[in-house]
Amino acid sequence: MAKRLFVKGNEAVAMAAIEAGCRYYFGYPITPQSDIPEYLSRELPKLGGEFIQAESEIASINMLLGASATGVRAMTSSSGPGISLKQEGISYMAGSELPGVIVDIARSGPGLGGIDASQADYFQAVKGGGHGGYHIVVLAPCSVQEMYDLTMLAFDLADIYRMPAMVLADSVVGQMKEPLVLHARPETVLPPKDWAVRGKGNGEQRVVKSLFLGDGELEAHNWKLHAKYGVLKERESRWEEFQTTDAELLVTAFGSAARIAKTAIMMVREEGLKVGLLRPITLFPFPEKAYATLTERCKKVLDIELNTGQMIEDVRLSVARDAEVLFYGRPPGAGSLPTPEELYSQIKKYY
Amino acid sequence: MQQVFKRPISLKDVQTHFCPGCHHGTIHRLIAEAMDEFGVQHRTIGVASVGCSVFLYGYFDIDVVEAPHGRASAVATGVKRARPDCFVFTYQGDGDLAAIGTAEIIHAANRGEDITVFFVNNTTYGMTGGQMAPTTLVGQKTSTSPYGRNQGKDGAPIRMAELLTQLDGVAFSARVAVNSPRNLMDAKKQIKKAVRYQVEGKGFSFIEALSACPTNWGMSPLQANERVGTEMSDYYKLGVFKNVENL
Repeated sequence: MAKRLFVKGNEAVAMAAIEAGCRYYFGYPITPQSDIPEYLSRELPKLGGEFIQAESEIASINMLLGASATGVRAMTSSSGPGISLKQEGISYMAGSELPGVIVDIARSGPGLGGIDASQADYFQAVKGGGHGGYHIVVLAPCSVQEMYDLTMLAFDLADIYRMPAMVLADSVVGQMKEPLVLHARPETVLPPKDWAVRGKGNGEQRVVKSLFLGDGELEAHNWKLHAKYGVLKERESRWEEFQTTDAELLVTAFGSAARIAKTAIMMVREEGLKVGLLRPITLFPFPEKAYATLTERCKKVLDIELNTGQMIEDVRLSVARDAEVLFYGRPPGAGSLPTPEELYSQIKKYY
Repeated sequence: MQQVFKRPISLKDVQTHFCPGCHHGTIHRLIAEAMDEFGVQHRTIGVASVGCSVFLYGYFDIDVVEAPHGRASAVATGVKRARPDCFVFTYQGDGDLAAIGTAEIIHAANRGEDITVFFVNNTTYGMTGGQMAPTTLVGQKTSTSPYGRNQGKDGAPIRMAELLTQLDGVAFSARVAVNSPRNLMDAKKQIKKAVRYQVEGKGFSFIEALSACPTNWGMSPLQANERVGTEMSDYYKLGVFKNVENL
């Protein structure tokens, strides 16, 4: 049996980054993600890497931009308020087609809010939180193991599609300890970084930029980015289905909410209720086809989120036209994390 | 016949977009000459900022990364940490470096990043049409200080070259001008020193270059050139403020 470690989700992210070959981390302290910089500040120097605690979130995302432009694997992490500050840099990275991994261990808001688990960063993660109209890859782990696996995937997708990739979790997944099975980085064919700036040597000048002023240049650039998002949707949509085959009510939730929902579904199943779970793993690209396919038969969908309803917009756009989409959510804050019993009664109510 | 003057190989053979009388082109050239002298063109990564200086990649024949407004020193930090073997410089205007990018420059300097920062001070936001900059002189009229900069409300213009000397991470800091042959020759000397600091791995180096902006100052190129040597140099004293290795 493979060796199992008992670690926090945040630590799993840091371990995965190292396994994925990331040697450059730039960040700024914020609860509930500080285990990530703490871990990497200890481990990266031993590996010849660089750890910088920057003066701000803005500086750290721009350090990531600079390091990534040279072709190395690099990352930053933060929580909601810090991610808001990083949005400027994320937009520039998206515009400059730079890979790079950004981890958001979301906390509750708006404003200073609190440090409780929240899924209210869905919009700022999935909808292109910065200016100018763009998307980034968004992965939503629901376990410590997935924190490890999806962080590695984030590095690969970022490199393959030349775009930033975000791991979106919250304090439940980031702070809880679970068994983790370490494994080697998956073997993936990655495109050569023939765009990276390393000093031109004897070759042609290379420029990493997002400014396009020539006639028609920027429009063409935007269409190119748009086409890439279409390819992502086609090839990289990921989701988990749990007991969906005979489901008459389809519960959908991501990340920590999906964990609680799954327990509630097991409870109602014991009573013979045919309820299943569709859990998007990629929030961008959103697994539209999975929703369309499942709602051809199952016409009732209950969306559960730790917010007042954000992912539900994408769910509504993805389900079959005659499917009904119901919602149960709790805005984040101390004492607002739903229990399995609470979701159990909601499921029974809507079944 | 012997050729005594030629284009530096670090510069492309193209015309610049800069306005007549602007000093950016001259400053570009001096930096390129210094890069040629140390033979670093092939291993240089320049970081362009937002403003008139963004077109760096159009004029320098080197690899370039474009930074968001004010963030060039942070971007250069990431570049240099990942490629310590490269010569890394930023080229930033006064709005970029001394207003929106204040945190980034202070902390890159304080960490003693092994980079070279070229800071072009023309006392105005050039590309956006001549608004008040953190370096606009007291009394100077701009499109957003139509009654002249008011020290009581807007504060006094910031002297970056002096301010940065307070940080232990800064190895070299100088202010230069290119408005006269004499100043230009000195500027060339100081820019070389700034490049040498990094080439020899001796720490963070900073050059503030005073520049004319005739278009936004509402002056002829000659008048603007003169202003650099008089009003501007009176407030922004030329000189070397820090040179820890006595290069």
